[in-house]
Amino acid sequence: MKIDELIIEYLSRSITDVFSTMLGVDLGVGEISVENSAPEANDGVVSFIGLAGSWVGTGSLACSPVLACRICDHMLMTETSAVNEEVLDAVAELTNMIVGSVKTELEKHVGPLGLSIPTVVFGRNFKTKSAGTNEWTVARFHWDGELLLVKVCLAPKERAAHAVYHSIPQACGIEV
Amino acid sequence: MESDILVVDDSAAIRKILQRVLRQTGMAIRTIAEAGDGQEALEVLKAQKVDLVLTDINMPKMDGLQFLAALRSAPQWSTLPVVMITTEGGEAKVSEAVRLGAVGYVRKPFTADQIKEKLAALLAPARPL
Repeated sequence: MKIDELIIEYLSRSITDVFSTMLGVDLGVGEISVENSAPEANDGVVSFIGLAGSWVGTGSLACSPVLACRICDHMLMTETSAVNEEVLDAVAELTNMIVGSVKTELEKHVGPLGLSIPTVVFGRNFKTKSAGTNEWTVARFHWDGELLLVKVCLAPKERAAHAVYHSIPQACGIEV
Repeated sequence: MESDILVVDDSAAIRKILQRVLRQTGMAIRTIAEAGDGQEALEVLKAQKVDLVLTDINMPKMDGLQFLAALRSAPQWSTLPVVMITTEGGEAKVSEAVRLGAVGYVRKPFTADQIKEKLAALLAPARPL
């Protein structure tokens, strides 16, 4: 089985499993595809986590502030009306669990991989770009009208001089 | 006998979830202390008695395996029961944790039942009122 096919299978399973186990939510069936120009979020909440080893890559989760608050509410059994530290932490941990589960499965095929500490960004009118690889496995799930976008790229180390950079021309403050 | 537990995870969300899950296990738990990494956890242990540690692996400053190794090399904590709760499910990390003396390993995402089952053999049940 090709690595793209494995990532599709593991990513789909991981997202539904994490949402079901940690949030008690059945996300239903999402759309998953391999894309050469993956959508780049420029509003809302985006978290990133790095993968490193003989293969290197990035996992990323993006959603609206509304969905980020909903994720936090279900995960922590709380009520939030705006993105705050708790919401960002919940989204970061969700990304960690989703990408971490994919990583664990992929290690059976590509050898040991390291997982970085997640980074989460919240704002408006920012730009994210991942350089070094063009092929992403992109999963789109909808939860009560809000889009959850999870994407993973992974390539052999020698082929993916990988870097992720973020530019935030007009970041907004955290509304607590 | 009531137990004192230390939860070590850099995610405040996970610490909060584990606080809730632990309180719902029906085990006799007196206090649940928290730390955000291995270094902070060692400071907590110096300040108070703990009967069981639940720790993540991927953390800044001092990760869970380094923390576990530090415990095992200190005579006062060399037999302290430690359960790993982590996204790291790879065989290498599990083997390393077992080699260092972890008494349990729970993969994230976890259910309350998985935590309860893991702790049942380590903690006393709460006495009925």
